[in-house]
Amino acid sequence: MSAHDPKIAADPSRRDFLATAGAGLFVFVSAKSLRAQQEPGQLPGRAAGYATDLNAYLKVGADGRVAGFAGKVELGQGATTSLAQLIAEELDVALDSVDMTLGDTDLCPWDIGTFGSLNIWQFGPVLRKAAAEARAALLQMAAERLQSPVERLRVKDGVVTDSADAARRVTYAQLVEGRRIERRLEGVAIKYPKDFSVMGQSPRRKDAVDKVSGKARYAGDITLPGMLRARILRPPARGAKLRSVDTSAAEKMPGVRVVHEGDFVAVLHEQRDLADRALEAIKSQFDPAPAGPDDVTIFDHIQKNGPKPQTVAQSGNLAEGEKLAAKLLENTYLNSYVAHAPMETHSATVSIENGKITAWVGTQAPFMVKPALAQALGVPQASVRVIAGFVGGGFGGKTSAQQATEAARLAKITGRPVQVVWSRAEEFFFDSYRPAAVVKIRSGLTAAGRIAFWEFNVVGAGDRNADHFYDIPHNLTTSAGGWQGGNPPGMHPFDVGAWRAPSVNTNTFARESHIDALAAQAGLDPVQFRLNHLKDKRMIGVLQAATEKFGWKPAKGPSGRGFGVSCGMYSGTYAALCAEVAVNKTTGHVQVKRVVIAQDQGVTVNPEGSRLQMEGCVTMGLGQALTEELRFANGAVRNGDFGEYQLPRFSWVPKIETVLIDNAELAPQGCGEPPMINVGAAIANAIFDAARVRMLQLPMTPARILAALKKA
Amino acid sequence: MERTISFTLNGKPTQVSVDDERMLLWVLRGELGLEGTKFGCGEGLCGSCTVIVDKTAVRSCVTPVKDAAGRQVITIEGLSQSGKLSPLQESFVKHNAFQCGYCTPGMVVNAHALLLQKPHASREEIIKAMDDNLCRCGAQTRILDAIEEVAKGGAR
Ligand code: FES
Ligand code: FES
Repeated sequence: MSAHDPKIAADPSRRDFLATAGAGLFVFVSAKSLRAQQEPGQLPGRAAGYATDLNAYLKVGADGRVAGFAGKVELGQGATTSLAQLIAEELDVALDSVDMTLGDTDLCPWDIGTFGSLNIWQFGPVLRKAAAEARAALLQMAAERLQSPVERLRVKDGVVTDSADAARRVTYAQLVEGRRIERRLEGVAIKYPKDFSVMGQSPRRKDAVDKVSGKARYAGDITLPGMLRARILRPPARGAKLRSVDTSAAEKMPGVRVVHEGDFVAVLHEQRDLADRALEAIKSQFDPAPAGPDDVTIFDHIQKNGPKPQTVAQSGNLAEGEKLAAKLLENTYLNSYVAHAPMETHSATVSIENGKITAWVGTQAPFMVKPALAQALGVPQASVRVIAGFVGGGFGGKTSAQQATEAARLAKITGRPVQVVWSRAEEFFFDSYRPAAVVKIRSGLTAAGRIAFWEFNVVGAGDRNADHFYDIPHNLTTSAGGWQGGNPPGMHPFDVGAWRAPSVNTNTFARESHIDALAAQAGLDPVQFRLNHLKDKRMIGVLQAATEKFGWKPAKGPSGRGFGVSCGMYSGTYAALCAEVAVNKTTGHVQVKRVVIAQDQGVTVNPEGSRLQMEGCVTMGLGQALTEELRFANGAVRNGDFGEYQLPRFSWVPKIETVLIDNAELAPQGCGEPPMINVGAAIANAIFDAARVRMLQLPMTPARILAALKKA
Repeated sequence: MERTISFTLNGKPTQVSVDDERMLLWVLRGELGLEGTKFGCGEGLCGSCTVIVDKTAVRSCVTPVKDAAGRQVITIEGLSQSGKLSPLQESFVKHNAFQCGYCTPGMVVNAHALLLQKPHASREEIIKAMDDNLCRCGAQTRILDAIEEVAKGGAR
């Protein structure tokens, strides 16, 4: 992707780019057809004869190559490849002939951002239609050129042939040569899954060679002439105010530039490590931060300071349900703050040249960073270009881009290009964590072993998929506060935000742990107990697929085998997961030995890509299940490094088997996050099955397991 | 102390005049323009910055450049010769042993060093050698498969 190349910084804006893009067939997509992706308020490309609603595009060039432009970002999920697959499929060209440009606000159409597993789910259909439109236009042109009726034409690898006369053939390249043809998206049909030849395949990833050879350039790898690398003075705790600062020693260091504006103190040097040294040479004193909760008191704190609970779902009547219940079960489930901890810390490189701001930013949402930069510098949005090339992991943590604003501000002050790459401590400190949460579930079983009522109250996590899908007559689900914001000030002492499958990883942990506890109370096999309460065919399908592959033999829990199961849904995808664990009762250590995960995500665009996402999600999920939690007090992070905050390692990784359910009736759904949702509960349930202790708090650290064993 | 340090970098004799206490990572990235070696923590705790010094994998973020004096340094850029991927890199591609790719240079280099010392490392040995290299995307299963395949074939 050329968009990673610093030398194109001076390239014209998207509009000019379109005007100078030469011969070819251009397909524009109206903003309207981008539906949920629609840009609020303003649209690019207002001048130069381009109608304002023409937003996205695809180009079939006279060289036979196809260019696709998408405001999505390659975070590692393989978007470069899977989006190219959609184009190649609908256009009937070879995948190798498709070049994708992603995440460049000057070259790509507006896009909301890359999160919520939306790529294939929401943006995919738009791109496919654009490609189908291009194909229809090219066929029409071919029919005229070949003097053949359109119905007789067949296309393969960009070559149109008359099926009645193979001598009549013409390539897409020949058709567009020397001409500039513009098309708008009309109501063209896209292919049926049965006709797919590129979608549903697992080609070599387009980003593979760059990544294994160290050529892939991330925002912090961009080096510009005269560039300074900056470090910024940070408070020791959230809310701590700078009382005094002495930068004199840093100022004396050769090559160091000090910026001091109010509370904003930065040191810059051409070399990163020498900027680090300058930062260390600064003497500063901060007032202590106001007293606040710590990682133990936080659960009471958010319950006291949360907003009023909102009803998410309600049916029947809880009081009636209680009358039906022979046994009651009430539990409180806790989740800690969890960091995104991408391996690439927040990074940005910004240059300002003749009033044009170019920012290479590690972000999931370049089109959100663009207005933020414009605002920070007081310039019109049109003079800001954000390029999100390769991004070293996001997981929901790279939507806002404070580091880009910092770099831009420093570039303006110093008159030089500036790079800001956060330290690991800064990354932990400024993260928007998965919120700490409390889920209280009250429920009852009838004498016949059916769930009589279900009351689910979540505080902190958010309402996504808080509601259950079981057949229970009397229900109430409420939610107070969440990752989306709108929380009362002071509820969370830190920023919170989306963390892979936001809300749903917490809600599923609580629900599926509790269902398991009810199954044990009923004396039933946890899979059978779930099936007894399931009507949804897709859920039954994934549950059966997972347990079958796992070789689940019915037994009531705890069986001593260390088996656990969990099921749930997220962004249109259904998932079930079985886990086998071993618990060391002396150390409290849990080893996950085996995981089987089944997923129904509609039509699968790239099976290998989906499996990678599933394996990655399960592996990442081990951390929040077993070790990851932010420790803090009074606004200060206590474990902001990889020594203290333990990410999953090679030695933790179980054997992972994946089952993709072929569901040709449903358009492709999200696949990047759903596998995450079941990891916590399946492991908790497996621990219960192995060691007879019900773990109610994530992460299930050795200390917590030992404490639970002691209590039991 | 500012001085000229000489070493072999990816097979080429190299000299840099720098403060010799500076960490190799920043000298490679900032002075020598080799940006393939990544910064992940700066504390020796993640492995993103792994390079090879005389056949041993080291964390370049905590290795002073003076320790490289007179030695053979190999970075990710040195593993593919004239655009041709090494067998290990090929195996990473084949097994899709990466997602975001940020940890990948460190993973490839760390595994390369392992195979230099133990060309037929077992899966257990591979896990042990790789355990301090972090991958947040969860590509571990594929990375192990990729390394194991090369270890079984014996090539690098
Ligand atoms: S950057 Fe060197 S080990 Fe993390
Ligand atoms: S591939 Fe993203 S950190 Fe390993």
